[in-house]
Amino acid sequence: MSPYEAILLTIITASTPLLLAAIGELVVERSGVLNLGIEGMMVMGAVCGFAAAHVTGSAWLGVIAATFAGIATSLLFGLLTQTLMTNQVATGLAITLLGLGLSGLIGSGFVGLPGVKLANVSIPWLSDLPYVGRLIFGQDPLVYVSIALTAGVAYTLNHTRMGLIIRAVGQNHASAHNLGYRVVAVRYACIAFGGATSGLAGAYLSLVYTPQWIENMTAGRGWIALALVVFSTWIPGRLAAGAYLFGGVWILGLYAQGMGVGIPSQLLSSLPYVATILALVIISTNRRLSLINTPASLGQGFVPDR
Amino acid sequence: MKKLLTTAASIALVSALSISAVAADKLKVGFIYIGPPGDFGWTYQHDQGRQAIDARLGDHAETVFVENVPEGPDAERTITRLARQGAGLIFTTSFGYMDPTLNVAAKFPDVKFEHATGYKRTDNVSTYGARFYEGRYVIGQIAAKMSKSGVAGYIGSFPIPEVVRGINAFLLGAQTVNPDFKLKVVWANSWFDPGREADAAKVLISQGADIITQHTDSTAAVQVAEAQGVYAFGQASDMAAFAPNALLTSIIDNWADYYVDRTQAVLDGSWVSTDTFGGMDTNMVQMGPFVNMPADVKAMAETTTAAITAGELHPFAGPVYKQDGSLAAAEGEVVDLGTLLGMDWYVKGVDDQL
Repeated sequence: MSPYEAILLTIITASTPLLLAAIGELVVERSGVLNLGIEGMMVMGAVCGFAAAHVTGSAWLGVIAATFAGIATSLLFGLLTQTLMTNQVATGLAITLLGLGLSGLIGSGFVGLPGVKLANVSIPWLSDLPYVGRLIFGQDPLVYVSIALTAGVAYTLNHTRMGLIIRAVGQNHASAHNLGYRVVAVRYACIAFGGATSGLAGAYLSLVYTPQWIENMTAGRGWIALALVVFSTWIPGRLAAGAYLFGGVWILGLYAQGMGVGIPSQLLSSLPYVATILALVIISTNRRLSLINTPASLGQGFVPDR
Repeated sequence: MKKLLTTAASIALVSALSISAVAADKLKVGFIYIGPPGDFGWTYQHDQGRQAIDARLGDHAETVFVENVPEGPDAERTITRLARQGAGLIFTTSFGYMDPTLNVAAKFPDVKFEHATGYKRTDNVSTYGARFYEGRYVIGQIAAKMSKSGVAGYIGSFPIPEVVRGINAFLLGAQTVNPDFKLKVVWANSWFDPGREADAAKVLISQGADIITQHTDSTAAVQVAEAQGVYAFGQASDMAAFAPNALLTSIIDNWADYYVDRTQAVLDGSWVSTDTFGGMDTNMVQMGPFVNMPADVKAMAETTTAAITAGELHPFAGPVYKQDGSLAAAEGEVVDLGTLLGMDWYVKGVDDQL
C-alpha cells in the first residue's frame, strides 16, 4: 500500500462515524428538533452492536442491533420532548449522560472481550486495481452506507414530497399543522432516523474503527457531529465535505507529527476545530444563504391545538 | 462493594449512596479513578490494587471507588465527599488530582491522602509513583532486536515528564542494541480516546514503524498492530488477550502490595507522609511474559530485567546525550532523580520536538 493510499484510508475511517451521526441529526434539525443526545445514542449503538456481534458472532447482526439501540434511545428523547413537551436542550444533554452511564452498565460484561470486525468489501478484480482499488472498491460496507445515506437525504429533502413536508414542519410548524400535516408524527419519524444513524455511527466505532467495547469510546465524536450539522448550514453535500475536512485535518495532523514537523502537537490537535470554525465563518458571511436553510422552528416544541 | 457507574453530573449523588453502604466499624478506603476500571490499562491496575485490599484486609477495611472523575473542580468535590462521609484513607490516582487533593487534605487533617505520580506533599498527603521507565528500557532493547525497519512508533498522551522519561528510556534501551535506531513520536493529546490512538498507530505504521508502543490507556493501538502484522507492547496491564501474535510483552503496574501496605499502616497507626518511587526492585513495576520472540531476545530481556531489579543497571546511566548533542550525564554518572522527575528534554535520536 502506498503512503497516500494509507492516508486516504485512515481519513475515511476517521470521518465516516462523524458523517453517519451528523446526517441523521441534519434531518432531525430540518424537522425543527434539536437533539443534543447524539453522543448518548452513539455510545448505546456502540455497546449494543458490540454485544450482539459478540454473542451471535455476526457483525451484521451487531450493526442491526446498534441501529435499533439508537432508535430506542432516540424514541425516549422523542417521548420526552414531543409528547411530554420537555425542554429539548436539557433533554438532549440528559440523553447523552444517560447513554454514557447505561452503556457502561450494559457493557460491563463485555469489556476486554474479542470483537467481531465487519469485513471489508472485496470485489474480485476491482478491489485489486492499483491505486484506486482499495479506496473505491475495498472499503468496509458502512462507508458506502454513509455515502448512500447522504445522497439519499439530499435527494429526499430537495426533490420529494416527503422532504418538502419535513422542511415545512421545521420552518413553521403552525403552518404545516394548519395544512393538515401531523407535525409531531413527522418529528418522531425524523428523530428515529437520527437515532438509527447515530446507532450506526456507534457500530462503526465498536465493529470497524476499534473492534472492541471500551466505556466512553465515542470520546466526544457526537459533539463534533453536532457542530458539523451547523457547519454545513443544513445542506447534506456540505455536511459530507465538512466531515471529510475534519477527518482529513485530524489525520494529517498526526502525519505531520510522525514526520517530525516542528509544530507543537497541541496546535496540530486543535487544527480540525480551527479549520471548521474558519469554514463556518466564511460560509456565514453569506447571510441570506444561511437564513434560507436554518429551520425557523428549530428547538421549539409544538403542541397541536386539538 | 457496589459497582459505581457515574458521569460527571451524578458523581456526588452516586458516591453518597455508595459510602452509606459501608459498615461503620471498618477503615474506609476511597479511590478516585480517572477512567473506567474496564480500560484494561491504567485504571484497571489501580482497581486490581483496590481489590487486593478487599481480599487481604477485608476484615478490617472496606473500599469504595468513584470512576471517570475529570481532573478539575469535579475532582475536588468528589474527594471532599469521600472524606466527609468517613473515608480514612483516600487514593487519588491521576497526576491532575494534585491540587484538588491538597485542597481537600487541608480541610480534613485527620484523613490520610495518597496522590499518584505527584510531587506535592503535606503532613497528611503522601505521593507515590513507579519507575515505569525501567520497563521502557527493557522493551526498547526488545524493539531494536525485533524491528526490521529500525523504526519504532511511540504514541504519547501528553508531553509531561513521566511520558518524556518513558520515551527517552525506550530509545536508550534500543540504542544499546542498534545505535542508529529511530523513534517516531505522535501525541494523541488524550489519555483515553481509542479511535485517536488507533489512528496514531496506523499513521506510524504507514510511516515505516514496525514496532508500536504507547503511553495511552486503551488497547486500541495494540489491536491495530495485531491487524497490520507489526509488533506491539502492552502498557500498564497485560494486554496479551488483545494481540496474541503482535504483543511481545507488557509493562505491568502493580499497585497491590503498596496499597495493602499503606492501608495496614493506617490500621496500625504507623502511617506517615512519604514519597515512594517504586520500581522493579519492589515489584511495583513488573514485566509480562516475553512472547513472540526468539530465545536469544528473550534471554537478553530477562538479563536486563534482572540487572535492573538488582540495581546493577540504571536506564539513565551515562553517557546520556540530549537531543541537541549536549551531555546530560557523563560516563560513570547517572541522570539524577530531580532531573528525571522534571524531564523536559529528549535524548539524542528522537525524531520529534518538545
